[in-house]
Amino acid sequence: MKANLKYNLTWLGVMVLVFGLIDACEFLGIINAFIENMLVTIGINIILATGLNLIIGFSGQFSLGHAGFMAIGAYATGIMTQNMATPLGFYLSMGVGIVIAMVAALIVGIPTLRLRGDYLAIATMGAAEIIRILINNFKITNGAAGLFNIPPLVTWATVYVLMCLTTIITVNFIHSRSGRAVMAVREDEIAAEAMGINTTRWKLIAFVFGAGTAAIGGSLHAAYIQTIAPGDFNIMASIAILIIVVLGGVGSITGTFVAAIVLGALDTILQNFGTLRMIIYSLALILIMIFKPAGLLGNWEFSFKRFGRTRKEVPTHD
Amino acid sequence: MTSPLLTAQQLVKNFGGLTAVANVSVHFDQNELVGLIGPNGAGKTTLFNLLTGETPVTSGAITLYTDQGVQSLNGKRPAQIAQAGLSRTFQNIRLFKELSVLDNVRIAMTNHYHDGFLASVFRTPKFYRTEAAMTTAARDLLAIFDLTDVADQPAKNLPYGTQRRLEIVRALATKPKLLFLDEPAAGMNPEETADLTRLIRQIQRDFHITIVLIEHDMSLVMNVVERLYVLEHGALLAEGTPADIQQNPDVIRAYLGDEA
Repeated sequence: MKANLKYNLTWLGVMVLVFGLIDACEFLGIINAFIENMLVTIGINIILATGLNLIIGFSGQFSLGHAGFMAIGAYATGIMTQNMATPLGFYLSMGVGIVIAMVAALIVGIPTLRLRGDYLAIATMGAAEIIRILINNFKITNGAAGLFNIPPLVTWATVYVLMCLTTIITVNFIHSRSGRAVMAVREDEIAAEAMGINTTRWKLIAFVFGAGTAAIGGSLHAAYIQTIAPGDFNIMASIAILIIVVLGGVGSITGTFVAAIVLGALDTILQNFGTLRMIIYSLALILIMIFKPAGLLGNWEFSFKRFGRTRKEVPTHD
Repeated sequence: MTSPLLTAQQLVKNFGGLTAVANVSVHFDQNELVGLIGPNGAGKTTLFNLLTGETPVTSGAITLYTDQGVQSLNGKRPAQIAQAGLSRTFQNIRLFKELSVLDNVRIAMTNHYHDGFLASVFRTPKFYRTEAAMTTAARDLLAIFDLTDVADQPAKNLPYGTQRRLEIVRALATKPKLLFLDEPAAGMNPEETADLTRLIRQIQRDFHITIVLIEHDMSLVMNVVERLYVLEHGALLAEGTPADIQQNPDVIRAYLGDEA
């Protein structure tokens, strides 16, 4: 118990330290609006990709519909905060977005999670397209024009805190009885069933959990960018999140962080290259996949416990 | 003690035009060690798959008798059957390869420890208590079967014989009443087979469960089981003690062919 407390406090320390560092840079003017925008995008991408990594990397279900659930969160915030432009309204809208996204994931997941591999990918992609087309045709979502002038209720600090929270919850989920059951499904469905694991149920739990975190990302996106349109949540948006997961390493949350930061920074630096930007960006992706086919970190995970363990191996004098 | 634990009546399984299991009735009693033998393709593994719900039966009744009462297992999912107390190993080892030995065992204990979703994501004291209880139980089980040293290694790194042993330990972690072992000695050398013989006897003695064994290694089968079923072409050919079966002319014909 004591070791756990120490371990948790270490992580808390790291989170506070990074927050302080960004805050100080912001104060000193090192971070301008341009860099802040990059940091927020990275934070939102981490939230989105962590949830997708839970679905793809840990439960082993290939989903291509993450942007659909993100859209639900974004529109919930976009619509609700226009009538209730307060922080309370924002968090309320985020809650509503999470619930709707989870219900949608349940409806999509029950029939489709029986499918495997590429079939599931196509089915989830279709589901996300349905969500997008619905949004495109509803009056309340303002159709293809989308929503603009969404109240700016989100600062970089909100994004940072929510990024930390969703990561903590996701990682805690993975390192628990539930996470192990989900990984058993990924490893061998037949064996998992034979050990009494209801594979359909655990696949659904991971999928619905991932959809909930996607809605958080969507909410933050809507309130920070202040403009959303159905086109922002098309298949390319799903693929952009998938790229982060695959590049970082399927099954590594640390990898997701690294990839989101690397790609976010790369994207910002390449803004200066004009039309060459997408070519260089794509080339970088191809090169990483050639030299690191399992992603930047594979399924390696950073852990303070590892340092603790090596320290314990050193003989002590008590 | 010969009260029945599991009975299967007139089981039939057709795969299209092929009858893999034809009208087979078997029963396994409390704390009994039963063997299931037969030539390749006799339907032994299919019978296991029917009993554990892996493959749905075409017809027939499977009934489990426990302290909680009599229960039909027909039409249940494998996970439900496992929760009812039937566990198994696989002919071609199916461990959770990338996960640690400890996790393989803890996964099998999933249904016996409940931490609650909110408790686990917010790390409440209840989570740490459940997790600690689960880990202790898993490590105790690993210690009994001499797997403590490899507890933190990924299952795929273990030598073949140890992987087989871990699969049995994982099946035991579900706290079964009946354990199906599908060719546990396949690919083992004589020394490993001798270890396995000891292991099976130890499990029956210390865990008080029924064990059903599919095996081709006759030295192992004849040594450990109390009763034998012989299958041929999906039908039951003979039933009896090892001594009876060794004398049975039908069995000799099935294995060695007709006398010249």
